[in-house]
Amino acid sequence: MVRSHVLVCGGTGCHSSGSDKLFDRFEAELASAGLSEEVKVIQTGCFGLCALGPVVVVYPEGAFYSQVKLEDIKEIVEEHLLKGRLVKRLLYSETVAEDTILSLDKTDFYRKQKRVALRNCGIIDPENIKEYIAYDGYMALAKALTEMKPEDVIKTITDSGLRGRGGGGFPTGKKWSFAAAQSGDEKYVCCNADEGDPGAFMDRSVLEGDPHSVLEAMAIAGYAIGASYGYVYVRAEYPIAVKRLKIAIEQAREAGLLGKNILGTDFSFDVDIRLGAGAFVCGEETALLNSIEGKRGDPRPRPPFPAVKGLFGKPTIINNVETYANIPCIILNGADWFASMGTEKSKGTKVFALGGKINHTGLVEVPMGTTLREIVEEIGGGIPNGKKFKAVQTGGPSGGCIPAAHMDVPVDYDNLIAIGSIMGSGGMIVMDEDNCMVDIAKFFLEFTVDESCGKCTPCRIGIRRMLEMLDNIISGQAELEDLDRLESLCYYIKENALCGLGQTAPNPVLSTLRFFRDEYEAHVVDKRCPAGVCKKLLSFYIDPDKCKGCTLCARNCPTSAITGEVKKAHVIDTEKCIKCGACIDSCKFAAVSKR
Amino acid sequence: MSCKTCETAVIGTAEQDKKLRESIAALQGDHSLVQILQAAQEIYGYLPQEVINVIASELHVSAEKVYSVATFYSQFSFNPKGKYAISVCLGTACYVKGAGEIYDKIKEKLGVEDGGCTPDGKFSLDACRCVGACGLAPVFSINDNVYGKVTPDQIDGILEKCE
Repeated sequence: MVRSHVLVCGGTGCHSSGSDKLFDRFEAELASAGLSEEVKVIQTGCFGLCALGPVVVVYPEGAFYSQVKLEDIKEIVEEHLLKGRLVKRLLYSETVAEDTILSLDKTDFYRKQKRVALRNCGIIDPENIKEYIAYDGYMALAKALTEMKPEDVIKTITDSGLRGRGGGGFPTGKKWSFAAAQSGDEKYVCCNADEGDPGAFMDRSVLEGDPHSVLEAMAIAGYAIGASYGYVYVRAEYPIAVKRLKIAIEQAREAGLLGKNILGTDFSFDVDIRLGAGAFVCGEETALLNSIEGKRGDPRPRPPFPAVKGLFGKPTIINNVETYANIPCIILNGADWFASMGTEKSKGTKVFALGGKINHTGLVEVPMGTTLREIVEEIGGGIPNGKKFKAVQTGGPSGGCIPAAHMDVPVDYDNLIAIGSIMGSGGMIVMDEDNCMVDIAKFFLEFTVDESCGKCTPCRIGIRRMLEMLDNIISGQAELEDLDRLESLCYYIKENALCGLGQTAPNPVLSTLRFFRDEYEAHVVDKRCPAGVCKKLLSFYIDPDKCKGCTLCARNCPTSAITGEVKKAHVIDTEKCIKCGACIDSCKFAAVSKR
Repeated sequence: MSCKTCETAVIGTAEQDKKLRESIAALQGDHSLVQILQAAQEIYGYLPQEVINVIASELHVSAEKVYSVATFYSQFSFNPKGKYAISVCLGTACYVKGAGEIYDKIKEKLGVEDGGCTPDGKFSLDACRCVGACGLAPVFSINDNVYGKVTPDQIDGILEKCE
């Protein structure tokens, strides 16, 4: 009889800080305490609060232990599991009350969240299909196959208002109906798990924490459009997700939930995995199809759209992981249930990967329409180290930076476009006063220049010219007119590039030009980087009042640019200085500064 | 397309060659050039020219065609990796938390450029795009070990432990 469950987070964040070793140690400690029969250890998907990883939760109490180390496990086993006493020093502080522990739902991080796509992450063992089934898994597929016609499925998805979670926000039901309308018996269902936006890890967390939800949804999609085969295109950089997906496919086949005559019906459907090989453009649906076909991931001109002529020239639908994860819930609970969440044109919830300069780094799922302020300040716990908020970046290299003035905007597809950004796949990176917005724009542009496939001229050459202009700006060689030239080039590229990558590549530059033009002007006119990031515009300076004349900086300076007598204030020769920062690192009195 | 910076790689044992040909045979005919290249890199650690030639002749396509696909994807490397393959995450979350400095510091310490390998074959260095451990930013990995919340002054210590 199992009386307690120990859930160890096996998401990539916690895994990277050693949670797999915690799992083994728990098993060993429980065995030596003679509790192996009474306490079950399970490795789950992501709990979301990655900043506090590795995370361990013990049920039935719901004790949320954070930043657990190997040496803590003996104590958890002996105190909590053997004697029933909580290990208070390891509990997440927000869940600790006088004599009891508060439910996680009461904490700032979880209170405003609503988990639909992530419903099973951090709850079930993703490597055990029985746990998924116990949480209504494959019920939606059974309902679709036995109680609904394909057109009913499509109508339900259309009525729910679900839009693609990969970035574009195209209505999912509409996409399915286009493919369903095509004649022919060979069609394909693809899952885009090529989560390329740096700083986004929603899809990976779903695959790691609840892979069956994606497989079930793909089978439902196959039934709806008349396809019998599907591909999941997943990044090779996600080894844990790939492993769990493979296990899930095997288990689903064994259980007769993938393969021939599923649940005794005429419907057959199977899924295979294709590993991405590290090309950002392959997140674009037509490029992804080329890559699955073993070719270069060049995008194809549209039309024809994939719903008409897609994989191997056959009608194909491509949806993102998070989109699929919503499907089983919509089929089970109905379109109205889903449409009751969110804003007028953006229904349901959205998962965001919250990162950067924020206290609660992690994965959050909120109803559409939640404001940025709620996400950053309440759920995210604000900016660390008392620094001032500057911007939040959404949509990755295709998105934009949103300043403090727009923090009360309710987040949905259309509102984010109106303020110069996009929803994107859900990366949300917070920046503080120490980040230079010109440098950030350049960071994204370097990314897109690197990832441009080179097929069309506006993207291949245009964004490279933009990068050169930004280089001039951050090295103090630009003129004010260059900002206008940069802006008009942005619009030209947006209008003329072939695919989404090129059309959106100027967004980070445009949005920073729009909201942080003063920073650009400071670089161009004053030859100064207000955030102190752009090295070429910095000069190093020793405060004579703070300098004790210890000579440490002078001894560490690689170019002998610092001079001064012992016990007297030192001086930096800016002509010789190469701005390496060795003096700042070595000074024990914080006398050296960049300005 | 031989190794640019280090000369330690041995191209092709008989066993590797056998594995490669088996993989090609198993995957052939299924629009699977990318998968074959992935298998080849798994076997050899990188894609030497000889391997590209074998793939081309087995699939009855030109080596240019194989190269055109292989060079498109950043996963494929034409240089051998070091015994310790260092990969610095330059994803956005890591970048805003100073991953650029970490990367520069490792470059300076090892004296190699992006994609390079030290002359003794011990370390190779790459920048990568988001390993998804954004909660631990800035992050870099050495082979399969991930180091999180790294500061530039920890780098010497971490590299010294690689024997």
